[in-house]
Amino acid sequence: MTQTNNKALIAVLSVVFGLVAGAIIMLIFGYNPFSGYGSLIATAFGTPQNIGEIFSQMTPLILTGLSFLVAQQAGFFNIGMSGQLYAAWVGSVWFALAFPQLPDFLIIIGATLFGVILGGISGLIPGYLRAKFGASEVIITIMLNYVILYLGNSAITSFPKAIRQTTDSTNQVGDHGSIAIKWLSDLTNQSSISAGIFIAVIVTILVWFIMKKTTFGFSIEAVGKNADAAKYAGINEKATQIWAMTLSGALAGLGGVTEGLGHYGNVFVQNSTPETGFNGMAVALLGSGSFIGVILAAALFSALTVGGSGMPNISGVPTELVSIVIALIIFFVGSSYLIQLLIKKIKAADAASAGSGKGPKGKKPKKTDQTEEAQA
Amino acid sequence: MNRFRWTIVGIVVVIIAAVGIYFGVNSGKSGTNNAAGKRSVAIITDTGGIDDHSFNQSAWEGLQKYGKSAGLSKGNGGYNYFQSNDESDYRPNINSAVQAKFNTIIGIGFSLETVVKQSAKQNPKVNYAIIDDVIPNVKNVVSVTFQTEQSSYLAGVAAAKASKTQKIGFIGGVKGDVIDTFQAGYVAGAKSVNKNIRIDVQYANSFANAAQGRTIASAMYANGDDVIFTAAGGTGNGVFAEAKALNQRNTAANKVWVIGVDRDQKADGAYTDKNGNKSNFTLASAVKEVGQSVIDIAKQAQAGKFPGGKVVTFGFKQNGVYLARDSMSASVWQAVQAQQKRIESGAIKVPIHPKSYASVQ
Repeated sequence: MTQTNNKALIAVLSVVFGLVAGAIIMLIFGYNPFSGYGSLIATAFGTPQNIGEIFSQMTPLILTGLSFLVAQQAGFFNIGMSGQLYAAWVGSVWFALAFPQLPDFLIIIGATLFGVILGGISGLIPGYLRAKFGASEVIITIMLNYVILYLGNSAITSFPKAIRQTTDSTNQVGDHGSIAIKWLSDLTNQSSISAGIFIAVIVTILVWFIMKKTTFGFSIEAVGKNADAAKYAGINEKATQIWAMTLSGALAGLGGVTEGLGHYGNVFVQNSTPETGFNGMAVALLGSGSFIGVILAAALFSALTVGGSGMPNISGVPTELVSIVIALIIFFVGSSYLIQLLIKKIKAADAASAGSGKGPKGKKPKKTDQTEEAQA
Repeated sequence: MNRFRWTIVGIVVVIIAAVGIYFGVNSGKSGTNNAAGKRSVAIITDTGGIDDHSFNQSAWEGLQKYGKSAGLSKGNGGYNYFQSNDESDYRPNINSAVQAKFNTIIGIGFSLETVVKQSAKQNPKVNYAIIDDVIPNVKNVVSVTFQTEQSSYLAGVAAAKASKTQKIGFIGGVKGDVIDTFQAGYVAGAKSVNKNIRIDVQYANSFANAAQGRTIASAMYANGDDVIFTAAGGTGNGVFAEAKALNQRNTAANKVWVIGVDRDQKADGAYTDKNGNKSNFTLASAVKEVGQSVIDIAKQAQAGKFPGGKVVTFGFKQNGVYLARDSMSASVWQAVQAQQKRIESGAIKVPIHPKSYASVQ
């Protein structure tokens, strides 16, 4: 069995276990898990509007997932995606609103570039500090999240009145700066879907190409695996680290741009840095380092979130349960060791059943382990 | 063997999905249905959630009260709430409410303005209301605003009258038009009693961060403030927690006060001091009857008199805002009532925006 196959199996099993454990929790609290999950599915895919919403929420998740992936490849743990995303969100909306006299395509390109650059700078700072001074990028990115949150909030409240709708939110970017696509919005009954989803998919392919087919991508991976070895092999490891973090920040930033010009159409004061940034980590983890995995994981998470909004009303199950299920899925991904153990056992059982003829034996140990897993 | 294992996983997934869909479709059909002619109502909370001891909770309590009195049941076709844990939940929540065919959908809080406006355009047959913001000239949306600067003015009067140190505090949630009215009213009210009173002003930058509320409150009490007015939704829970912790280590005579917001928070201020005496540290509550406004809108919608396109303002007159007496002494209460009369007569014009967000000397 190849390693990628194994990783995919772990991801799929984690999702199944997460759902099963969620069902057990529902049972414990006296809810019917079938109607709970049923209402989730019915809500998520029940109307074209919600399907559009899934794509819309997927977009920044894919981009932050990619962002995390790139940083991870270079040996960084980027917790700052949330701030990088917010910086770009504020910046892109400001750009789109500040230059209404420009032609539409220039507004969109300018706003996107401005946002991506802001995100990139937010990634460059921790990258530089780590490469040059060995500072922990984890702490710096966490702290930068706060810096960016409050800088962003204060920027929004001090924007000129003409581009603000209230004290703490800006005007909609409107037709000039929006990346919404009319026929897609019409098709999904005016959901918040936008060209962002196509951008996200194209960028995924691009990043895959960079990481797998270019020297830059190769040096990122080499530096991530062993910086010293990479250095002796003639790779400028510091520059590579800095560029990798900049790319990571720029990707998260692009996620923020799609939030600003697509999903929300404006920017408003936040209580905390956007959750999307943190969920990107979960997406990357569940995607287990694969690019298609990131897209699938993003789709799953946004379907769960959108579907979760219908659960309380139809089946009485609180929406928080969706957060629990997502957390459990990540838990199982994190404890992949347990699942690997389980896979080994099944293999052994398979081998045994192959020896003593075929039969349902292979199913038995799986079931018991599954309940153990859920109780854990 | 590989294929065998994948088959098992596949079967499990298919079974879960199939049974789920079956029950999902079924439960959708069998959802509670009320008698014909009753108009169903749903609220969409902002990120504070329905147990924030304040804004959203008040709305949900009002809706429950209405639902029971009108003979509706919780769920589809009756009344229900949709909780938003994050800004990205607003749109799916409002879509879910439309999909569940609620007749009246009420957005609790200004942050839902955009989604309410959009949803109202797409569904002209559904009635919408937005609390704390104005969506002008949309036929199926009623905008509800509260003159909270007036009740906050009274809160300022009460704080200045009750403070021994003549140092008081204000903790806001997130800067914005709504919280502006609280701060401006409070500062103006306190200054009307004592021009030289010191007012610490701080924002938690969140309506849902109780820990932050507690930290700020702790610093303010340490700084000599003995009354804190909290206009910060769920963040205020931390202020109450800090006041309780301080007061439990002290005698009731030397307690510090909290002025509650949105709901009458007297119950949150009950505690026992170090000598075992029962006491209460909620000086007053600047009540904003979000619940009452929800009831009013639901009733009007039921009667076929939904005030669509209009802006409904709740002030002292409609009992939409008032200062609950809670633990105010007779003299403080008298001063408050006198000022209320002057506001009602128009003798006092209360500002709705503060001059600055800095502390006032």
